[in-house]
This record gives sequence, structure tokens and C-alpha cells, in this order.
Amino acid sequence: MIENIDLSLVDWSRAQFALTAIYHWLFVPLTLGLSFILVIMETKYVRTGSEKWKRTTKFWMKLFGINFAIGVSTGLILEFEFGTNWSNYSWFVGDIFGAPLAVEGIIAFFLESTFVAVMFFGWDKVSKRFHLVSTWLVAIGANLSALWILVANAWMENPVGMIFNPDTARNEMKSFWEVLFNPVAMDKFFHTITSGFVLASLFVTGISAWFILRNREREMAIKSIKVAAIFGAFASVVLIYTGDTSARTLADVQPVKFAAMEALYEGQRDAGLTAFGILTDRDEADDELDEKDIIASIEIPGLLSIMTNGKRDSYVTGIKDLVYGNEEMGIISAAEKIERGKIARQLLLDYREAKKRGDSQEIEELKKRFEDNNFQEQYFRYFGYSYINKPTDIVPNVPLLFYTFHVMVALGFLFLLLQVLAWFFAARGSLEKRKGFLWILILSIPLPYLASVLGWLVTEMGRQPWIIQDLMPVGIAVSSISTSTVQTTFWLFAALFTALLIAEVSIMTRQIKIGPKIEEE
Amino acid sequence: MLLAVSHSFLQEYWWLLVSLLASLLVFLMFVQGGQSFIFTLATNEGQKTMIINAMGRKWEFTFTTLVTFGGAFFASFPLFYATSFGGAYWVWMAILFSFVIQAVAYEYRSKPSNILGKKTFEIFLLINGALSPLLIGIAVATFFTGASFSLDEMNMSKWDTPWHGLEAIMSLRNLSMGIAVLFLARLLGLMYIINTIDDNELITRARKKAIINMIPFLIGFLYFVISLLIAEGFAIDPESGTIFMEKGKYFHNLVEMPLVLIMFMAGTLLVLFALYRTVFTEKNDMIWFAGIGTVLVVLSLLMLAGYNNTSFYPSLTDLQSSLTIRNASSSQFTLKTMMYISFIIPVVIAYIWYAWSAINRKKIDKDEINGGGHLY
Repeated sequence: MIENIDLSLVDWSRAQFALTAIYHWLFVPLTLGLSFILVIMETKYVRTGSEKWKRTTKFWMKLFGINFAIGVSTGLILEFEFGTNWSNYSWFVGDIFGAPLAVEGIIAFFLESTFVAVMFFGWDKVSKRFHLVSTWLVAIGANLSALWILVANAWMENPVGMIFNPDTARNEMKSFWEVLFNPVAMDKFFHTITSGFVLASLFVTGISAWFILRNREREMAIKSIKVAAIFGAFASVVLIYTGDTSARTLADVQPVKFAAMEALYEGQRDAGLTAFGILTDRDEADDELDEKDIIASIEIPGLLSIMTNGKRDSYVTGIKDLVYGNEEMGIISAAEKIERGKIARQLLLDYREAKKRGDSQEIEELKKRFEDNNFQEQYFRYFGYSYINKPTDIVPNVPLLFYTFHVMVALGFLFLLLQVLAWFFAARGSLEKRKGFLWILILSIPLPYLASVLGWLVTEMGRQPWIIQDLMPVGIAVSSISTSTVQTTFWLFAALFTALLIAEVSIMTRQIKIGPKIEEE
Repeated sequence: MLLAVSHSFLQEYWWLLVSLLASLLVFLMFVQGGQSFIFTLATNEGQKTMIINAMGRKWEFTFTTLVTFGGAFFASFPLFYATSFGGAYWVWMAILFSFVIQAVAYEYRSKPSNILGKKTFEIFLLINGALSPLLIGIAVATFFTGASFSLDEMNMSKWDTPWHGLEAIMSLRNLSMGIAVLFLARLLGLMYIINTIDDNELITRARKKAIINMIPFLIGFLYFVISLLIAEGFAIDPESGTIFMEKGKYFHNLVEMPLVLIMFMAGTLLVLFALYRTVFTEKNDMIWFAGIGTVLVVLSLLMLAGYNNTSFYPSLTDLQSSLTIRNASSSQFTLKTMMYISFIIPVVIAYIWYAWSAINRKKIDKDEINGGGHLY
């Protein structure tokens, strides 16, 4: 395997993937949520026959279309970047990881792309009901595609349903259902799509608020706010709930990430939840862990223990436990995992060598050891640790995770409040008088975008140094290409995506200013 | 699991599906072919808008087929995905880049305040229309001519030239395939325009363009096919798995797989028949004959590349690193699981057909373009 890892290549490859993923994720959540808002609006049109609902639907559909194309195009790059930039990863786990991507194409993308054409161009070509069914299928297709890519991503967080095959030197699937119903995947799917629903509903309420303040399209705006706010409020509740269940699952399958999100260095019972905190460097020159102290915080005593394990006196694992081990709690140190990983890797190399020599007796013996359950559980599961240089390398960037996670959570609660208030004021008919609140709705439009990106930063940065938790560090997953090659494509994509983003925002802003009038011209 | 099927059956089944997706992709590149004419076929803005809207209503199909092709290849033959995409980096990146600009160009072109201007987005469509069929043709040609890579003992791939795929363009055989695919896409695009747009002036000019575009297509196609049949091919010894060079391997494959030979001949004749009827007897609906012919020809070529003990992605620097459907595939379990999922494909084809027919029932004309509906 690759022994001399070019860190600059790894960093640039990560940067390129992050760039593509962040740009992709600026557009996808709106597609996920707005598609269902369109479904609700068009269903109202079909049920009532009211042209006002049709006009409202067509206005938001135009904005949907502007956003849809760029989301699709950035997604294409992401899929192929697994091959172009992470080719060793693609071979090592392609047997498992490729399957959800293929299913996504066959089941979800075709559904979405087939009916999106009917949705845009079919108003005067197909019946009302067929058009409505098409809009439904676009929404279902978009969200189904999210399911499969999130199943694939969840597998990177919590690799399940597979076994390593020493003959092919890769992981192979042994249970499709375990991969699909991976607990991380289920939490991730509902958390992610509801974040898209919330983003879309705040997008609709914000723009509608602008129309009200400009004294234009008041009826359309109020109708839109009522639909979006109630949709967004329900989505916010599910978002917060799945955020909680996601964190519990993380505590189990990615304890280092969980502890870093809470900046919890020392494991403890009766652990408090830090609702707000400021981190600073600790004054210890020889501090191997580069520990940070929380110098100012608002802490709720015992809540972290309760939220993690359901009991106030339960133990919550800290970063130091995971780095240095904790015998009392039965936690193995990272150094021990590194040793076990090296043993697993050496066995694999011996096996490959025996195969090369054609020594059938040794092959048989080594294979038996490989397939032994104890070896798999006690050694092979730490295979990736054999590439880790020192125990502290398993700790991700704690301040980054701490802040991104906390800001994201705070924003999540703010979104629920905004949606409930918007719905309440709209239902009481007092929304138009509350100019301050309408301004807050407008100014809130970028916030769910920020929260969404922060969420992905927590997910991806929190998994470092792994590309597949405990099995493969990012360093060995990268393609064997030159750093300058990746730098070139990075800047090309950065320039292209930025230009397209500016164009998108400009077109979207103009279409909003024009309003639904354009449909009548 | 329900069905008892061998690993080798599944490898052949998935090679067939991946090849079918590639064949459909080549047919659906009529969208790219049509885009390549936006500056030369239309004489006024209205005609240009009609061409763009005719193609624009189908761009998602080409795009989705490309994505599904990538996903299916990844899932079924991950070693190819890792080796080719990670190695022939520049070729694949150029293809992807051209598809990114295509997707947005349709939606943004006619929108006010699009910053880059209408012309820029039309140039994006032209770039995608010309570059992607050419490069995809060249990339597919390397399935027969080989690429410069090697694998280590852990199957980690390494590309052996600093050009990362661009060196394939320097091969005349690869280039001839690229030219054939590019001009086939253009011919398909013209046939689609003739069948979809209600504008006599445009249709007359499209027929004339078809005559000119037939020449490079036929030269590229014949050069590639003849050189393929007489060239050495990359054969596998089924007993030992050793790769060796065999004179006339692909010709032998044709003879030893008569069904593939029939598909190839039938496909070629269908494409030629469709071209003849379009140009000389002024038929409008030949896109379907040409489309079926295209799918049959590409499918048969890819079957030649992967079946009958042939390496589908040969290595030029280390013959034994060459990829075959046996050594590059996913496990039996994964292929079988995916096979069950693939059973849904007929349903997918059925609804695509239904929705396609619903949108294409009425031809695109000036009235529709000026009607105020969703427009590219």
C-alpha cells in the first residue's frame, strides 16, 4: 500500500471535495424542501380549482427551476470525484459504497429527471392530475436520491454490513439491509431532509415577507407563508428530534467526534451540557493534546449524561479516554489500537505474500486466522489505525467542531421559533402589521444555509482523520496524481462554481422582483 | 437469496447492463449533437430558441443516464472506476466540466440578469455539445486500445504517464472513435430536430447539414471498425487468468458470438437506413430507427470488449494489470443484490416512455415559444 503519503495532495483533494460538496449543498436543500411546498400548493390548486393557487405554484416553481439545475450539475462532479480523486477509496469500499449510488441513479434520479420536465413544460400538455402526480414524483425522487447518498455517507461514519476479503484486499458487502438500515443512516436521512424542509420554508416565508413589506402580491404572500410556516414548524420539530437521536448514535459509534463537539476532554459522570461556551488555549507547553479550556460558558448540569445515556449518573466518554484509554471504563487506548491495526495489516501482507509464492498451506492457515471472529473483532476493526502516526492524531479539530455544532443547534431552535411565530401571526391576520418581524424573516433567509453547511462541517471534519471510521484514513484513500493537477482543477471549479453562484443569485433576485406577474405577460 | 446464480453470470449480467447504459447514453447524446448546431443551423433568434428548447427538454435524460452509468460502473466494476477515473483524470474532468456548464446553461440562458450574458451560456452549450461526445468516444475507444496504468499487489492503481488520459487523444484509433461519436451525435441531433420542431425552413437546412455530417461520421466509424477487426486484441487465458495479445481478437469475438455480430450488423444498417431516409426521402421520424441502431452498435461493441475472455480495460504498461469483468467486479453478493434492484428498470423505461410521449405529443413551434410558458 501507499507508505509515503503526500500530505499536500491529500489536503488539496480534500479541499476540492469540500468545495464541491459545499457548493452542491447550497442548492440541494432548497430543492428537497421546495418540492414538497410545491406539492402542497399544487394539491390545493387541483382540489379547489383556484387560479390563485396555480399562479402561486408557478411562481415558486420558477424559483425551484433556477435552483434545480445548478444543484444537479454540482452533484455530478461529487459522484465522479470518488473515482477521480479518491481512487484507492473507490476500490477499497466500492463493493459497498457503489451500490447506493447505483440505486440512487436507477430509482431516484430517473424519477426526478423524467417528471421535472413534465412539471416545467406540461402545464398545457397533460391533465391537471397528471401534472400534480408529476410534481409529487419530483419531490419523492429528490428526497429518495438524498436517502441513497446519505446511506452511502452514513456507511463512512459507521461501516456495517461488510466483511474484509483478503483475496481482493477490499471490504465486501454481506448485508444490504444492515447498510440501508444503519442507525446513522436513518438519523442522517431524516435530519438532513428536514433541514432542507426548514431551509425551504424559511426561504418562502422570507421572500413572502418581502412582498408584504413592498405591498405587492399580499394574498399570494400570506398564502405562501401559511403553507411554508406550518410545513417548516413540523419539519423543525423532527429536525430537532433527529438531531438529538443523531448525537446519541454518534456517542456510540463516533465517540471522539461526539466528545469534540462538546469539547469534553475529561470523561465524567453527571456531565453537564454546555449550551454556550468560549474556548481558549490551555497554558501548558507540553500539552500533547493541544487541550482547550472553556473559559466562559452556560452549562446545564447533568444534561449531557441524561441526553447521552438517559441517566444523570451515567459516564460520558471524554477525548482523553479515547486517546490514552480508560481501563476502568473498558476503553482501549489509541496506541493499543494502532498496535492491533499493525498486526492486522501485517497478517494481510503475509497472506498476500503467501499467495504470491503459492504456498497453499500457509495461505490456508492465514486465511483461517483472517476469518476468525475474534481476529475480526479485536484486530481487523482497527486496521486503519495502522496508518496513524501517533495517538493524538485521532482527535479532530475540537474548537471548529465545538463552535460549528453549537451554532448549528442554536440556529435550529431559532428556526422553530420563527416558523411558529410566522404561522401564528399569519393565522391571526396580524402579520402585515408586524414590520419588524417581517424584516427578521427576510434577514433569516441565509441562516438555514449557514446551519446546513455547519452541519456538514461537523459531519465531515468530525470524522477526521478517517475517510471510513477506524478503517481507512483519508491519507491512503487519495488517487495517485500530482498535487498541481488537483490544484488546477480546484481553482477551475472554484472559479466556475463562484461565477455560477453569482449568476444564480442574480437571476433569482431578479425573478423575485419580477414576481408572478411574468406568468401573466 | 432467492435466485441461485453464479458469480460469473452476474459479472456478465452487469457488464451487459453497464454496456446498455453506455449505449443509451450515446443515443441520448443527440442532445449534445443538437446543441452543437445552435450557431450554424438557425438563421434567427426564434429558430435558435426552438432548437435549444427542443434539446433542453431532454437534457436531464442524458445527464441522468451519465450519472447512473457512473453509479452502476462504480457498484459493479469498482476497480475500473478507481483505475480509469483516478488515472485518466484530465479526460474525465473535461467531460464533467462540460456537463456542469450544460446543466445551468439551459436554465440561465434566457433569464434576465444572468450576469454572464445569453451568448456565454450558448457557448457553454456549444462546448458541451462538441467536447463531451468527442471525449466520451475517445474514452470508450481505450476499452479496445488500452491505457497506461498498473496495479500493485493491493490493487491500488497508478497511471504511468504524466498526461493522465490526454495521451489517448494522440492515438488515431481513439480519435477516429471520438470523431465517429461526435458526428453520430450531431446526426442524431439533426434527426431529433427534424422530428420535433415544426419549422419547414429549419428542417430543410437540417437535412442539408446531415449530408455534410455523414462524411466524417462514416470515415471515423469505418476507420475504427476496420482497425479494430484487424488489430491485436487483449485476450485472457480462462484457465490461468493470464492476459496475452491475440491477432484479430475482436474479429474472432464477432465470429464466436454470432448474436453480437447480428446486433452489430443490424445496428449499422438501421443507422444507415435512417440517414438515407432522412436525407434522400425526406422522412421526419427516423430518429427512432437511428436511435435503436445506435444502441445496438454501441452495445455490440462493448460486448466485444468485455465478453469471450477479453480484457475490457487493457493496460499498455503492465499487461497483467489489465482489467477484466472477472478481476474488476464487485463480489457475488453485491452483484446479486444489485441484480434484484435492476429488475425495476423496465418500470423506469415505461414511465420515461409515457412522460416523454406526453411532452412530445405536439411539435415545438413559434407559437409555443412565444406563449409565455417555461422557456430555456
